[in-house]
Amino acid sequence: MRPLLRFWPDLRSRIGVYIAVLALTLLANGIQLIIPLITGHIIDGPIAHRDLSGLWLPVLGVLIIGIAEAVALWGRRLLVAPVVAQWEITWRSRLFDRLQYTSVAIHDSWESGQLLSRAINDLSQLRRFFAFGIPFLVTTPLIIIIGTIILTFLQPVFGLIMLIMAIPTIATVTVFEKRYREASRLSQDTVGEITTEVEESIQGIRILKSFGRSPWAAQRFSLLSRKFQGIEVRKAKLDSWFWSVLILLPTLAQAAIVAVGTWGVVQGWTTIGTVVAGVTISMVMRMPIEMLGFLLADALMALTAAARYWEVIDIRHDITDADGRIADAPDVGRYKGELDFEDVDFHFADTDRETLKNLNLHIEPGQTLAIVGATGSGKTTLASLVPRLQDVTGGSVRVDGTDIRDLPVNEVRNLVSVSFEDPILFSTSVAENVSMGAPGVDDDAIWRALEITAAKDFVERLPEGLDTQVGEQGLSLSGGQRQRLALARAVIGAPRILVLDDPLSAVDVDTEDRVQRALREILPDSTTLIIAHRPSTSALADAVAVLDEGRIVALGTHDELLGSSPLYRELMGASGAADHATVERSAAEHSSEGGTR
Amino acid sequence: MSIPRLNEDEVEQLPPDIAKKARALLLSLVRPHLPMAIFLFVIVVLTALFLVIGPIFIADALDNGVPKAVEGDPGPLIRAVSAFIISAIASAVLAFASTRLVGITAQKVVYTLRSRLFGHIQRLDLGYHERSTSGRLVSRQTSDMESVQQFLTYSLFDTALALFEMTFIAVTLIVLDVPLAIVVFLGFIPLFFITKSAHTSQRNAYRRTRTSIAKVIVHFVETMGGIRAVQAYRRQPDRRGTLKDEDTAYRDANTDALRGVAWFAGWTRLVGNVTQTVIIIVGAWLVIEDWTQVGVLAAFILYLRRFYGPLDELVQSFNLYQSASAALEKMAAVLDTDPEVVAPSHPKTLPAHSSHQVSGATSAAEELASKPSGRSIDLNHVRFSYGDGPDVLPRFDLRIPAGEIVALVGATGAGKSTLVKLVTRFYDPSEGRVTIDEVDLRDLDDTQLRASVVMVTQESFLFAGTISDNIRIGNPDAGDDEVIAAATAVGLDPYIRNLPEGYDTDVKKRGGRLSSGQRQLVSFARVFLANPDIVVLDEATAHLDIPSERLVQKALATVLEGRTAIIIAHRLSTVEIADRVLVMDSGRIIEDGTPDELISGAGKFAQLHKAWRDSLV
Repeated sequence: MRPLLRFWPDLRSRIGVYIAVLALTLLANGIQLIIPLITGHIIDGPIAHRDLSGLWLPVLGVLIIGIAEAVALWGRRLLVAPVVAQWEITWRSRLFDRLQYTSVAIHDSWESGQLLSRAINDLSQLRRFFAFGIPFLVTTPLIIIIGTIILTFLQPVFGLIMLIMAIPTIATVTVFEKRYREASRLSQDTVGEITTEVEESIQGIRILKSFGRSPWAAQRFSLLSRKFQGIEVRKAKLDSWFWSVLILLPTLAQAAIVAVGTWGVVQGWTTIGTVVAGVTISMVMRMPIEMLGFLLADALMALTAAARYWEVIDIRHDITDADGRIADAPDVGRYKGELDFEDVDFHFADTDRETLKNLNLHIEPGQTLAIVGATGSGKTTLASLVPRLQDVTGGSVRVDGTDIRDLPVNEVRNLVSVSFEDPILFSTSVAENVSMGAPGVDDDAIWRALEITAAKDFVERLPEGLDTQVGEQGLSLSGGQRQRLALARAVIGAPRILVLDDPLSAVDVDTEDRVQRALREILPDSTTLIIAHRPSTSALADAVAVLDEGRIVALGTHDELLGSSPLYRELMGASGAADHATVERSAAEHSSEGGTR
Repeated sequence: MSIPRLNEDEVEQLPPDIAKKARALLLSLVRPHLPMAIFLFVIVVLTALFLVIGPIFIADALDNGVPKAVEGDPGPLIRAVSAFIISAIASAVLAFASTRLVGITAQKVVYTLRSRLFGHIQRLDLGYHERSTSGRLVSRQTSDMESVQQFLTYSLFDTALALFEMTFIAVTLIVLDVPLAIVVFLGFIPLFFITKSAHTSQRNAYRRTRTSIAKVIVHFVETMGGIRAVQAYRRQPDRRGTLKDEDTAYRDANTDALRGVAWFAGWTRLVGNVTQTVIIIVGAWLVIEDWTQVGVLAAFILYLRRFYGPLDELVQSFNLYQSASAALEKMAAVLDTDPEVVAPSHPKTLPAHSSHQVSGATSAAEELASKPSGRSIDLNHVRFSYGDGPDVLPRFDLRIPAGEIVALVGATGAGKSTLVKLVTRFYDPSEGRVTIDEVDLRDLDDTQLRASVVMVTQESFLFAGTISDNIRIGNPDAGDDEVIAAATAVGLDPYIRNLPEGYDTDVKKRGGRLSSGQRQLVSFARVFLANPDIVVLDEATAHLDIPSERLVQKALATVLEGRTAIIIAHRLSTVEIADRVLVMDSGRIIEDGTPDELISGAGKFAQLHKAWRDSLV
């Protein structure tokens, strides 16, 4: 129950409307008990006595009550509609916001579909439950209880029959509840898996198509759908047991009332009129009891949905400001841009293996440091520490001597601009994608940034220039074009600190060289950390650090390292890697005039 | 009457005949289950029958059984109560069977629909996928599917049941008294107009909910997929704002739909209750005028209540139906899209190899050892443009003999990727033909094409699952030793061995984080397993450091021996293993020759190569 109870604050904020909804539900359902009484009165009274004038009052009563019932029905739905529709999107915005501020490492540990299915399927389940499930769950037992009390007053034995019937009902509910809850959890988790599979099959379509693995993916998906089908059928089978028991029990109770009542009439401790009344009331009670089955199933699914929702909301935010929150726009102080790594250790939360170990680096303001290392040596992790996408697990990263963990997260991210190896563009215009780096800049500034990253030419040729929609919902660009737009976003507004994670891997050497030089000329004041694979990049840097298995093993200028570090020579392709040497040499001979610039 | 008007402009434009297509889709899904449908139909009829006759036994017990029992003859009472208990048990058994069978059948239908949609989306050409948003297609399979499932599981049977119950009661009413029955049926006239009006407004409202929730999903998927950039560029407030806008549209659509239900349910109930009042008045008058009997009127009023009872069910079902049909329309629109790259109706096969088999059923050692002969690629008079747009590739001819390794060089946007997309048949040429061993790709069986031609792209997407699962995308039938052999060949093996669970490490879970370089190595390992005739590498080594790249190239040099290959790379180190270099510019091949020829010449490649040499140490 707890996951559902946690929605109490939301419920309380609209408690007035919600109570009105409950009252109208009770009214609409309760009136059903009154109309038969009046119609009975009409039949026994005016009609039996052929008294036309005595008819008007009760008929008016029937009409008024009929209208009242329709109005209650209408009012309940009309009132609840905007409230639950709003709740659904409020909960989604909370979920969304929680996730927006959740650190990247935790994001990576979630399957994307599990997040989406919670945000969509589970929340719509909750909306339905709050709109219909709760009002009926509250009023239905009430009607059953009232009915039982009336029966008891009418004839204690009838009340006893209903109570006896309650025992197998409760037993069934108990058995059902546990199994259904398990099935429901399994079902909703599987919806998440299906969502993941669907997402991946569309996002990875190129790979599936190029290996001709679409049939294989379809088969894998079929297997998962079969699993889901099995779980849903299991739920249906539980439903079938539960619902048929709940149909059977009240009818048996009715039969018992007739049988016992007649015996009572014969014995003389009750009257025929009482038996008729008892049967009539138990008839009215059948519907709510039958409905309990559906309501309980609905409640259990809602409970699962709520639990899944809170699992996301309860994700701990481990990278925050000092007060444990994350301010969107904290004040940004003035910094020179001196960047230090002091005894930095880093390991992912779920493993002890250190990705970075006892790492020390110092970059003067405006200097450029290139990080060079083999695949998997920890370069990208190192880069992610600067904008606090990850926090160190030992030591500190400092800007102007201040530990960045003592600064508000978004102040750090304001100071630090990043360009990722996988360029991420959003579904909006080129201008907006680029100006994200420095909100509020004018078109001239955007064009200048595009010029630095050698993207101006191709943007000018786009159908609508800066206003061309790009990203998933827009024009598809090549990898190199995307990288250059993402880089323009990083350099616009001359950030204090620039972190470039292999930003031009998909760009040809010539363009890369132009961009590198432009960066140095136009951003002389930006402290730059650049991850590089190519000698041309590291040659331009003020210093180069060689990373090997999470440690800095060599530090110096490009030329120094070529002389002193065999690993660096190997990484730069300069070591006499025997089997390539001949090819290298022969290639070098062909470009005999090369080598100087 | 004021069912709220909806803004017609907000309804997403769908083809005019989409409602028909959605119905056809539903019909095609249900048709295979026709025997079951008939069986369920019988169950519905029986259930409705028991619902109507059950109370008759109770009435009989009360009217006849009890007085007789009091008089000392328990026979009629026992018979009536027994009949009632039997009908109760029968009702329960029928409910048991129907819940079960409806659940099972609905799930079968949903399974078929899911698989059909999934398969169709996979069949759609790459052009379609590049134009559409993944989130929108995801919403078809998630939110829309949920809506259809809800309807099939909870409503279809109930609708039929309610209709039959009403029919049986209607028949009873006519038998009881024709004039009174006519009054009841007069009530159907306003009900008809209410339903008709609700149908229009609710359909629009539910279409809007489907369209707007899809936008929410698109935004959600994009934000979570790009979370690094969102956080690094502090986009959270902006993203939150967009979500709010999209979600507000969804909320409004949803509120309108739910309010529409309120009006519909309210009006329906009102008509029912007013009819009831009119029946009492007319009935009373008829009784007093002696045209009908009191007992008939009493029965009439009792049945009338039950007659309008299922209306609530119908209203509920009606709305689930509206929601589901709006969802089905969206799915039908996807299923109705034909792929532009179509499978041949009479597929041809490639000529047999002398030493290499396409089936891939041989063992790893054999496959790696077998000397493939490669296949020749021909592009004859090929021209390509997107739709009616300008030519991306003006008309040209190209022949790549079997076993040749070709490097494709040129600036971004020169047309290199487009050219290889033609060779891999991601696109069909606008003019001319692309052939492999003289077989037009458009005539070639897709399975054989994909087994023969494999492309590795710069993006190295990992699917949820273990690392070995991901490598096995190259060949799902490969054994563990083959997977390890492939990983070893590209230098991935040492990294994998360092992971907590080695090859069984889940790429999304504990310790499964792979760097982009390692992910690219996974892509290469896939090619090793796939063992194709023709390999296309599109910027596939971009994220690798130089030693890794060399390792891959060394491995490639071995594996590409005898195969045909097209390699696009900005780093000209690739040229080292190429037999031939093509330089492209603005969609044209401007230089074509062996690396040595071109390097020693004075053309573009010589310049590029010089720049590249300079960029090295």
